[in-house]
Amino acid sequence: MTDPFKLWSYLSSEPLLWLWATLIAYWIGDTIFRRVNRSPFANPVMIAVVILGAVLLMTGTPYQRYFDGAQFVHFMLGPATVCLAVPLHANLPKVKRALLPIAAGLIAGSVTAIVSVLAIAKAMGAGPELLASLAPKSVTAPVAIGISQSLGGEPSLTAALVILTGMIGAITVTPMLNLLGFRDWRARGFAVGVAAHGIGTARAFQVHETAGAFASIGMGLNAVLTAFLAPVVLSYFG
Amino acid sequence: MIPALSLILACQLAGEILSRALQLPLPGPVLGMIFLLIAMSVSGKVQQIVRPTGQFVLQHLSLLFVPAGVGIVAHLGALREHGMGLAVALVISTMLAIVVGAAAFVAVAKLTRSDADD
Repeated sequence: MTDPFKLWSYLSSEPLLWLWATLIAYWIGDTIFRRVNRSPFANPVMIAVVILGAVLLMTGTPYQRYFDGAQFVHFMLGPATVCLAVPLHANLPKVKRALLPIAAGLIAGSVTAIVSVLAIAKAMGAGPELLASLAPKSVTAPVAIGISQSLGGEPSLTAALVILTGMIGAITVTPMLNLLGFRDWRARGFAVGVAAHGIGTARAFQVHETAGAFASIGMGLNAVLTAFLAPVVLSYFG
Repeated sequence: MIPALSLILACQLAGEILSRALQLPLPGPVLGMIFLLIAMSVSGKVQQIVRPTGQFVLQHLSLLFVPAGVGIVAHLGALREHGMGLAVALVISTMLAIVVGAAAFVAVAKLTRSDADD
């Protein structure tokens, strides 16, 4: 029989193991999510991240080695973003009738996201590098990383903050907007797309197709708007 | 499936090229989404090819964020250092942005009488 340590060091350095672990962890997360009647608090992304994070810490596996395997899943984010055109196309007539509400929701949501996170973080003692890393936190990761870099932030920290923001938005949006009595699926989806990018959009699709389509639009538009707004707003918090 | 994937990747590729060539603030896949939307609006054939694959991929959209999400463990140190302040800032800011965005959308929809029809 082979030395189990040698076997482990082989497996843990090959893409297969971590690709498989990613699928299993998500499968567990998704199963729990369904078991609790799709409660927003059992967000499948969050469950999978906690499981995998714990496994990496316990086995002493560096994130980079994990990512060598998981990158095959990560790669699909690009094509999946292109696929957002499918629900968008199905909802195009609704979008055309809601151009003004979209513009209002975009500006209000985007400005609120940037100003509030900088104001609170600064009040709690965050330095300039952390503020720059936080400013684009509501924007889809590839764009947020670019914005953070140009502002003097730490790009990989921004990626982590973006994911946390997405999970917070995905978990809070349904109970919060139910409580406040929002019934317009367009508004609900659009707002979570602006504030919590792709993870919020994935949540919106779990709830309602129209919400998902409007979330995709919110995510795309806020990526552009934040690229212009973040430097301006940040300069007031210098 | 293969024609659909070819078409989707072609849109992404065109998006990446345009984004880099013109140094646009939008990433390639977002531009690719716009290209696919245009192609679907122009051609019923494209709609037929792309729809089933697109719907399949989007059903599992959450899964695709897991690898990037695990990256949080690489930043546990920095996150813990600013723990409380960071948690408060992210939670309040995200919830506030959702409510303000949704409220502005609904208010303008009422003003312009572009109410939801479902």
